[in-house]
Amino acid sequence: MTAAFDVLQSAWRNPRGRTGALILLIVTIAALFGPVLLPDPLAQPDVLDASRPPGLGHPFGTDQLSRDVLARVVSGGRISLSVAFLAVGLSVTLGAAVGLVSGYWGGAVDALLMRIVDGALAIPRLFILLLVLAVWERVPVLALILLIGATGWFATSRLVRGEVLRIREEGYVRAAEVLGARRHRIIFRHLLPNALGPLLVAATLGVGDVILLEAGLSFLGLGIQPPTPSWGGMILDSREVMISAPWAGIFPGLAIVITVLAANLFGDALRDAVDPRSA
Amino acid sequence: MTTVLEVNNLRVSFPGPAHSRFCPVDGVSFSLQRGETLALVGESGCGKSLTSLALLQLIPAPGRIESGSGIRLGDTDVLALKGEALRRIRGRRIGMIFQDPMTSLNPVFTVEAQITEGILAHFRISKAEARDRALQLLQEVGIPDPGERLKAYPHQLSGGMRQRVMIAIALSAEPEILVADEPTTALDVTVQAQILEVLDDLRARRGMAVLLITHDLGIVAGRADRVAVMYAGQIVEEASTPRLFASPSHPYTQGLFASVPRITGPLQRLNPIRGSVPAASAWPTGCRFRPRCPKAFDRSEVEPPLLPVGPDHRMRCWLAEQTKETGHG
Amino acid sequence: MRSWLLLRLIQAVIAFVVALALLFVLMRAAPGDPLSRLSADRPVSRQEIEALRARYGLDQPVGTQLIAFVSGLLHGDLGVSIEHGRPVTSLLAERLPATILLGGSVLLLNFTIGLWLGVRQAVRRGQREDRWLTTLSLTGYAMPSFWLGLVLAWLVGVEWRLLPAAGMQDPLLEADAGFLSRAGDVLRHLILPVVTLSIVSIAATMRYQRAAMLEVLRLPYMVTARAKGLAEHDVTWRHGWRNALFPVITLFGLWLPILVSGSVFVETVFAWPGLGALAAAAVGSRDYPLLMGASLLVAALVVAGGLITDVAYALLDPRVRLG
Repeated sequence: MTAAFDVLQSAWRNPRGRTGALILLIVTIAALFGPVLLPDPLAQPDVLDASRPPGLGHPFGTDQLSRDVLARVVSGGRISLSVAFLAVGLSVTLGAAVGLVSGYWGGAVDALLMRIVDGALAIPRLFILLLVLAVWERVPVLALILLIGATGWFATSRLVRGEVLRIREEGYVRAAEVLGARRHRIIFRHLLPNALGPLLVAATLGVGDVILLEAGLSFLGLGIQPPTPSWGGMILDSREVMISAPWAGIFPGLAIVITVLAANLFGDALRDAVDPRSA
Repeated sequence: MTTVLEVNNLRVSFPGPAHSRFCPVDGVSFSLQRGETLALVGESGCGKSLTSLALLQLIPAPGRIESGSGIRLGDTDVLALKGEALRRIRGRRIGMIFQDPMTSLNPVFTVEAQITEGILAHFRISKAEARDRALQLLQEVGIPDPGERLKAYPHQLSGGMRQRVMIAIALSAEPEILVADEPTTALDVTVQAQILEVLDDLRARRGMAVLLITHDLGIVAGRADRVAVMYAGQIVEEASTPRLFASPSHPYTQGLFASVPRITGPLQRLNPIRGSVPAASAWPTGCRFRPRCPKAFDRSEVEPPLLPVGPDHRMRCWLAEQTKETGHG
Repeated sequence: MRSWLLLRLIQAVIAFVVALALLFVLMRAAPGDPLSRLSADRPVSRQEIEALRARYGLDQPVGTQLIAFVSGLLHGDLGVSIEHGRPVTSLLAERLPATILLGGSVLLLNFTIGLWLGVRQAVRRGQREDRWLTTLSLTGYAMPSFWLGLVLAWLVGVEWRLLPAAGMQDPLLEADAGFLSRAGDVLRHLILPVVTLSIVSIAATMRYQRAAMLEVLRLPYMVTARAKGLAEHDVTWRHGWRNALFPVITLFGLWLPILVSGSVFVETVFAWPGLGALAAAAVGSRDYPLLMGASLLVAALVVAGGLITDVAYALLDPRVRLG
């Protein structure tokens, strides 16, 4: 645990890492509490107030249905971040579990699991999701989270497996084995501190990837369904009015860029902390 | 005698925590005469390799040579050089051999490419001529079947052969000084002897000055004319080789000798120096050997300068004054 | 070397077969069957659906379907597109060139500018230029390609009227236009999609190249090269980059999926007539045979890309080549 704490602390000391972490924190807080302060993101108060440019009443303007863009961006952030955090939590857990099983048991189990991972990595995640999601009329949010999570663990499992194999070969683990200590206990005891750092990196960078992925799916009409606001969906809606009301598409896009960039800056700093040579 | 290399108060620094800098090489001075072999002896971490890299401004970033340091190659002020002028003395005035021939050769180029590029970097000759010279060099360093070896990649050669190739590279631009940084450390014992023989042979034939950097006192005897012992970033004792071997004076040097097993003479207990080399970021105050020194006394709390012990024999220890008085030296 | 090649080939085939099986299972395991979704979008009667079901073999057990699909695949038959009513293979073949043109141009930019910038960053590690390039490239990486595409299309295409923002050819171009003016026209249409896809993807290349170069920069042979008296440029590029290129070549295999996924969005936004736009449209019309065919083609490309890069790696690195 101290290893993971050290990694976090070192990333925090990195100016870019700290910037990323702070932005991520602000975005999360805004997504959590913002909707309370802002107008109803679904309300279409007045058709005459549609496609207003950014101004006093509506800092980000209104969209073609007179909905407040700022309220929708904040409320969309709530959905996007929830999907991202939950899906990444799921894939990291799955990846760790499969990697552990594969690396620990070895042999046929390992061979089978790793061949499946090879095959799965050959299909871009987006295409797997397109195939599966296209079946639904309206994709339930829970299904979206589960499916994004279930398609994101392949690389993580390889990472954890590699870590298990490495630890198994360490001199002290072998020595402890010779002395009669139970192997799985030694491996788990040493695996956790060793793998936690890389897992943290994978998870943080994964958040950025999933936000982009979910936005992409929503843009294709397969993610979060209207009228629930989502960043990708807002950009899709703005396509028709890009010329007359570009703000309706630009602001949700900027929200994605800022959030994903923050996650990647922090993830990068974490990676540098785990592997200082790459700094 | 002509002085070919003169190092004066060399200090190499690296960044430490919170904008501080520490000096793994901290005030090293020595000179090298034409045709002479000087051995720079010390444990790992004492700064001897950084000293050798500094000679050609090869200190890796973020390390740097502190101002106030002086390196003169004949008439040339090395530290004033940069860019093309610096490039022209690298390999041409000083050739370098490194510790690990495994990683010091580029895995993706043939032996021929790696030797000839050194030649072509300094002489305006054709590729064919450079190839002929490379062939001669391989012969000179005792590589059998040199024509075939030219076409080989490093991974196809044994460790000893690779180190011979490294020597050929170091010689490729006919430098007047050869710096050999632990040239045998990474090799098998039998191969070590062969490589040292090649170096001795070349020195005799070419009349080069050699700076031999090693932790192994065993290879110094009978090979170096003078020895400088380094500890914690400084030279702590300097003398001609026979003199140093006959009467090592600095407690650290004495410790080094006590920890070398003797093959001849009565069986003795080895006496390793207690403790270990301090980290460069935390050199002890006063005499740097003080925490490990069995003879430390109150004056050791003040850092001693290099003091004369006898003719052409100096050490960085306050005991030098007593040693001289009692006529030990 | 030969046995290694054979082993690698077998590995690639297995990966492809597993990918095929996964795709098949995924599609069939989804709730409901593909055709049930059709009725929601179109006025289709029950009988028509049943007829289609029989036509696509959906009334058969899954095992039989898989066998039928694989035997079709072996004969180069991926079925018939529901939306277009034409063989999937001919649709894919028709759209592949445009995607290769787009993807190839992006790759070219990545593997020239991206590698160059990555090496510069490594050499100037920790300096201002390194830090700025990292932030800039990560910002590009954080952009959704469809959003960047829309913004560029709006700004450059509509507001400034500098470049065409849709399609691959100008429909008003005269029918008897010469080859050069046609090529120039395609090139003009190519710029915005290529720039969009390059901006969002170049960070990956730069990061990998920077990391690989940093690994190499601290190796002793770099000191040897400098100590020989080589110019700094030769040390960096000849001795350093030659070695730092290997890990980046293997990146190519990882890189294809990013490129293909990106092209789905970029082609859609710019109406570029390639595979990505075809796949996106197939999603909209729930055209399963087409979607399946496109996914399979992508998987084949990814597997083949990985295989080719591994072989290229082996050929370039004498340690592997000469054993």
